[in-house]
Amino acid sequence: MPQVADKVIDHEMLFREPEYQDLFEKKKAFEFNHSEATIGQTVEWTKTEDYKLKNFARDSLVVNPAKACQPLGAVFAANGFAKTLSFVHGSQGCVAYYRAHFSRHFKEPTSCVSSSMTEDAAVFGGLNNMVDGLANAYSLYKPDMIAVSTTCMAEVIGDDVDAFIKTSKQKGSIPEEFDVPFAHTPAFVGSHITGYDNALLGVLRHFWDGKAKTTEPLVRVPNDSINFIGGFDGFVVGNMKEIRRIFDLFGVQVNIICDPSESWNTPTDGEFRMYAGGTTKEEVVAALHAKATIVFQEFCCEKTSKFIAEHGQEVVTLNAPVGVAGTDKFLMEISRLTGKPIPAELEKERGQLVDALADSQAHLHGKKFALYGDPDQLLGYAAFLLELGAEPTHVLSTNGTPEWAAKVQALFDSTPYGKGCKVYPKRDLWHLRSLLFTEPVDFLIGNTYGKFLERDTKVPLVRLVFPIHDRHHHHRYPTWGYEGGLRVLVMLLDEFFEALDANTMAIGKTDYSYDIVR
Amino acid sequence: MTATVEERKATNKALIEEVLKAYPEKMAKRRAKHLSTFEEGRPDCGVKSNIKSLPGVMTIRGCAYAGSKGVVWGPIKDMVHISHGPVGCGQYSWANRRNYYIGTTGIDSFVTMQFTSDFQEKDIVFGGDKKLDKIIDEIQVLFPLNKGISIQSECPIGLIGDDIEAVSKKKSKEYEGKTIVPVRCEGFRGVSQSLGHHLANDAIRDWVFDRTDTGHTSQFVSTPYDVAIIGDYNIGGDAWSSRILLEEMGLRVISQWSGDGTIAEIENTPKAKLNVLHCYRSMNYISRHMEEKYGIPWVEYNFFGPSKIEASLREIASHFDDNIKAKAEEVIAKYKPLMQAVIDKYKPRLQGKKVMLYVGGLRPRHVIGAYEDLGMEIVGTGYEFAHNDDYQRTTHYVKDSTLIYDDVTGYEFEHFVEGIKPDLVGSGIKEKYVFQKMGVPFRQMHSWDYSGPYHGYDGFAIFARDMDMAISSPVWGLTKAPWKK
Repeated sequence: MPQVADKVIDHEMLFREPEYQDLFEKKKAFEFNHSEATIGQTVEWTKTEDYKLKNFARDSLVVNPAKACQPLGAVFAANGFAKTLSFVHGSQGCVAYYRAHFSRHFKEPTSCVSSSMTEDAAVFGGLNNMVDGLANAYSLYKPDMIAVSTTCMAEVIGDDVDAFIKTSKQKGSIPEEFDVPFAHTPAFVGSHITGYDNALLGVLRHFWDGKAKTTEPLVRVPNDSINFIGGFDGFVVGNMKEIRRIFDLFGVQVNIICDPSESWNTPTDGEFRMYAGGTTKEEVVAALHAKATIVFQEFCCEKTSKFIAEHGQEVVTLNAPVGVAGTDKFLMEISRLTGKPIPAELEKERGQLVDALADSQAHLHGKKFALYGDPDQLLGYAAFLLELGAEPTHVLSTNGTPEWAAKVQALFDSTPYGKGCKVYPKRDLWHLRSLLFTEPVDFLIGNTYGKFLERDTKVPLVRLVFPIHDRHHHHRYPTWGYEGGLRVLVMLLDEFFEALDANTMAIGKTDYSYDIVR
Repeated sequence: MTATVEERKATNKALIEEVLKAYPEKMAKRRAKHLSTFEEGRPDCGVKSNIKSLPGVMTIRGCAYAGSKGVVWGPIKDMVHISHGPVGCGQYSWANRRNYYIGTTGIDSFVTMQFTSDFQEKDIVFGGDKKLDKIIDEIQVLFPLNKGISIQSECPIGLIGDDIEAVSKKKSKEYEGKTIVPVRCEGFRGVSQSLGHHLANDAIRDWVFDRTDTGHTSQFVSTPYDVAIIGDYNIGGDAWSSRILLEEMGLRVISQWSGDGTIAEIENTPKAKLNVLHCYRSMNYISRHMEEKYGIPWVEYNFFGPSKIEASLREIASHFDDNIKAKAEEVIAKYKPLMQAVIDKYKPRLQGKKVMLYVGGLRPRHVIGAYEDLGMEIVGTGYEFAHNDDYQRTTHYVKDSTLIYDDVTGYEFEHFVEGIKPDLVGSGIKEKYVFQKMGVPFRQMHSWDYSGPYHGYDGFAIFARDMDMAISSPVWGLTKAPWKK
């Protein structure tokens, strides 16, 4: 009887007790598993070049992909607007998944409704679901705006969301003038970053282009303000704060389009706030007149960027810059666009980051990293690693395009540390597993799902990519700007020192290197 | 001051009336049928269930795919389960139910992996059958030790008319009778996870049981004490802390469904003498089928909290001889001091605390006994995807005046909690942070908040500790700033 009331043990220790070990042993008689030898041989085979070739030869099966589907990105985007309810037109299970997925990452509630389409909607279309759904959502949750996106189901049956919304208004579900921007976000096209792009475009198009032909399109009256669009970002809570601080230091009025950093960071003080922060409708309208828009994630905002540019603004696209040169470029762009000098405060912070890099670069110099995640973020992290003299050896993105791959290759080519580094668009974590065995690296940068790679290959994982389900509160700290660069540096160093300590702590054997000063 | 039963009924009535006011009239009528107060002596809980959720409300329900892949099939460890369709469903359900298992992942076990056909536009236009055929070949090359493959349909599969049954048959033949199971669990089918459970059970019946002998079934040697655990998903190791008790009372557990389960165990289950069923909702179908076809009786059991464990062990033993009955008593006696120690430690801190529950499957009723063992009181409960028979079974657990809410919406749940002010809410991840923001202690009763197991005697110690840590945490004293108090 392993359990004692005075010191209750959890699953972690409970099942190591002899009673349970015995139970596991006895259960094997019913499992009819392969022999230990066969399993062992197969494990070894999966580490070989032969397995890698077979693994890379597959063209239909996807195993452990590093991407999610479009509507998840749409829900992220909708969450960035003030008093906006995200409404996903399709079957309801999807919404349960999006809400759970975000809640597991941010440790925050995520509000979103669905039109709960079932078999009858599959046959007759989901119009009634939209009509009733908008009425319910409007009455219960009292939003200022409902942002509609779609699931694969609604897209396969070809529901006309624009017409459905108009019909709903005619039927009195919601007032005629109520804002319901929409986007088609089929799950079988692109990934969550495509969904972010489409949903954001949906909002801008709604307000700028005449609210689905119900009003006149807005006329742009250029002014000197600057817009900022962050893209789908798991660190949005920390990053948006940092971005605002940077613009504040410049003394520049920034208009952040889509900012979910408040809604995923409400206080525990006895009140649940379903809506908090976010870009207001007035701000969306005002954004048309801005001088320029800085887009922080090129591949996450392709259509939106094009749309904004077509409306007469300059669009500056970056690739989720992390570190010195990336932030330099960002600040110089703000300075160029606004004519304001780079604030001394930020210049000092730059120096402080460089100081930290100088203090610590020796530990990371020449270390090999494997990275996976969203295209722009990988560009940002890879550039930072190269800046440190580290080598982003495998850069893998399940939702990366050939254009993205070319851009990563150009980055590799720009420095001697990029020699021997390779980019892998449209590959998954099972491909990466093969790479980690055949061409080993020292560290891994990715999301929670990478812990299975860490276990199999013993390569330490630094969690810097969405989603992070098994560690808490990382999203509250920035990864962008000089301050964010410092945070990323510390995370890389911590992992390095942890690994070094773990590798040297055997008493009387390896602990000569178990140093107190480093 | 504790309210009387009549006062509670009046409060509940007022709360229900209040939340219904927020809906458009037609919708209020529909929702009214799902909200009620339990009246002692009634044969059910007075609510309608297993009916479509209203569109546009924040339902907590999932879909048929979640019921089949996420619940029933996913935990069968030595099979590869393909999430067939677009990438998302498999991604979001990846390893988050904590179905513990022993095995070498990626080699002979595959539970914490995500296999998907990652549908693209061309697959929607031209159909995905050819791709599925190829995927099965690729699985055979890269994961040669898999013991079977299941195809878990996502929404588009049924809509575009793919013939996954034909592909399964063809590939099974090609690979010498390999178990390849198509499951029509598209998310739009039915009204919740519930239909997915049923479809998954039917697929086991049709594509596993009804197949010819696969070798090990004929090698299997029966004993009079063979039982199968049905409907335990081994969340945080629940099935293990249950299995250990059945084995201690002299029974031989020949199969676990489906937590830490293998296809061989599933195939051998028709040789059991008794099926012991934990999650009635998700696996009553297959239990009834085994009863009809193979004459195997089944018995429901509840391993939450010492009172119910004791009753369940006796109930299970009653199907066997005196030797087993005596051993069951020995098991109960053996753990009694531990249970007493746990209760002595935690009951004084938890006595009289009010709890509201909202979960799926069996938990809205089964855990009530465990709370009561700790002196706590359930004042509200409801199910995500129950049917009427679940609500009938619930009557054995709930007390007069308990608030009952079927398929509760976010709006209703929030208002009920605000109105009743319980000391603890037990529900899921989507509800957790809402209530914690409100300053209400919370435990996730799907995932045990990453703790567990909660089943069996070992599990009850953890359950008691967890409820205490949630309710007694100093953090709840900090939610109001001192200058606001």
